[in-house]
Amino acid sequence: MSAVDIAPAYRDNAKLRRGLSRRKLLDRVFVVVGMSVMLICLAVLAVLFVDLVRDGSARFSWNFFMNFASRKAEIAGILAAWVGTSLIMLVTATCAVPVGVAAAIYLEEYAPKNWFTAIIEINVTNLAGVPSIVYGLLALGLFVYQFNLGQSIAAAGLTLALLILPIVIVATREAIRSVPKSIREAAYGLGATRWEVTKDHVLPYSTGGVLTGMILGLSRAIGETAPIITIGALSFIAFLPESPVTSEFPFVSFKWLSDPFTAMPIQMFNWVSRPDQAFQANAAAAGAILLCMTLMMNGVAIWIRFRFRKKINW
Amino acid sequence: MSNITAHPGLPRSALRYRKIRDRLVEAVLLAAGLVAVFTTVAIVVILLSESAAFFEHVSLKDFFTDTLWTPLFADAHYGIAPLVAGTLTTTLVALIVAVPLGTTIAIYLSEFAPAQIRETVKPVLELLGAVPTVVFGYFALTMVTPALQKLMPELPGFNMLSAGLVIGLMIVPYISSVSEDAMRSVPRYMREGSYAMGATRLQTAVRVVVPGAFSGLAAAFILGISRAVGETMVVAIAAGMQPNLTFDPREPAATITAYIVQVSLGDLPHGSIGYQSIFAAGLVLMGITLIFNVIGFSLTRRFREAY
Repeated sequence: MSAVDIAPAYRDNAKLRRGLSRRKLLDRVFVVVGMSVMLICLAVLAVLFVDLVRDGSARFSWNFFMNFASRKAEIAGILAAWVGTSLIMLVTATCAVPVGVAAAIYLEEYAPKNWFTAIIEINVTNLAGVPSIVYGLLALGLFVYQFNLGQSIAAAGLTLALLILPIVIVATREAIRSVPKSIREAAYGLGATRWEVTKDHVLPYSTGGVLTGMILGLSRAIGETAPIITIGALSFIAFLPESPVTSEFPFVSFKWLSDPFTAMPIQMFNWVSRPDQAFQANAAAAGAILLCMTLMMNGVAIWIRFRFRKKINW
Repeated sequence: MSNITAHPGLPRSALRYRKIRDRLVEAVLLAAGLVAVFTTVAIVVILLSESAAFFEHVSLKDFFTDTLWTPLFADAHYGIAPLVAGTLTTTLVALIVAVPLGTTIAIYLSEFAPAQIRETVKPVLELLGAVPTVVFGYFALTMVTPALQKLMPELPGFNMLSAGLVIGLMIVPYISSVSEDAMRSVPRYMREGSYAMGATRLQTAVRVVVPGAFSGLAAAFILGISRAVGETMVVAIAAGMQPNLTFDPREPAATITAYIVQVSLGDLPHGSIGYQSIFAAGLVLMGITLIFNVIGFSLTRRFREAY
């Protein structure tokens, strides 16, 4: 080969090398960019939390939990709000969990493959995408005025139950689906009916998934503000609902279900929207408590998922 | 069921009892499944029936062409345009933040990050999506707006920019998580083919994985848009609640959702025009969500890659 032939090949080679090093540089740049974007998002979470705690630190005290809302920021507390939230969550959990788990069992274990089942499945998927305030409108028209529940704890609990139903259904279905077929077939082989297979074998193995779904659902419900504002939560309440436990027979009372209520996110929203700066500290303190509750519930859900995944070895 | 084991063969009555019980249980489970269908039907019926009552007073033409939305004033105007403009503006700002951030995180986690980082970061990012929206509202009003005001001194205390930015941050985890799942489901051999041709990881990600996962990415963006359109508390707290026909994010404005909250905070009598107007607003909100979902569905259909 003569030198004339080599020259263009050599030039190409140099070009190739330049291109290669540029592409490799871009690759490394992206690693840095990707990592920083991710860290920025995680930092936001940290800043949010630190900011809330710092702003609200002046209010954290026993009195904050034991006082009703007040016109004076220094003594205004969240008693009615946390009691309201707890009772609403009680209603939500008692409604959403059994219905959600039952619906998931039906879809996974019983439902035949036909258009009717497809309709139910499409509905569940679509409901997960409906904006939460639309659930509020539904509840306002249906629970508050058609069922005459009024602006009560029962109406709020039912609303949030409908809102988290898709979450519970999806989580339970995933758990049920991960139980291997062989376990079902062994039980069927011994003459068990479908319900016996489900109740004695499939459900016990899916407990982890069901619990995770329940906790994630409730953690969503606990922070939801819009739907319960829509049904008419009050933001100023200076009394507690009727006690669920009474001193006389039969020792339980359900009068609290029809009581008016306020809830943690409502109370926080009310304080945030006041022009008086002193109330921002109350809002921050309430927000920090709300955020703690949500993060704790999510943490427990992650832990349960992790534990069950580790424990079960098919 | 001790009587069953006591017999050498199963008595017919016990068998029948179990079969009947099975049927009953199935009916109960089916009823639970139908709750989902019932909810959807109820949403549609309630929104349509209350809106129908609203449109007996307000003509469709006014509703879509009037540029003022003042249903609660003495001089009532019922033009939905200002609320739709507010909703679209905050959504757009949110997407400008969330789409690049979410996609970058998804590409990084799916193609670059070691498994250990991925498994730790994913749940933590999901925590960001679990923060109550009212807390994000506080964040927008008391932190993001003052910070923005340092850059833009003329920015009012309530504005769509800060609300949109915070909504954007809020939906990053949704977009990154769904996109990452989509990218991870692109088969390995496609990546390997690309590497074998001498492509770097970034080139493979951008030219092979992202196009291959496009239908999943579209689904992720649609999910993000739905969340942004329906987001309520952040805009109610940080964007002000005055209907304002503008697409300038620096101005205060009300969104459809903020209007519903505003009306609900007051005590409007059941059956009044103000009461009915929130259902009409809700119907428009559902309509916008539906339009985006249809677009997303057709995109997903068109660009679905079968492996």
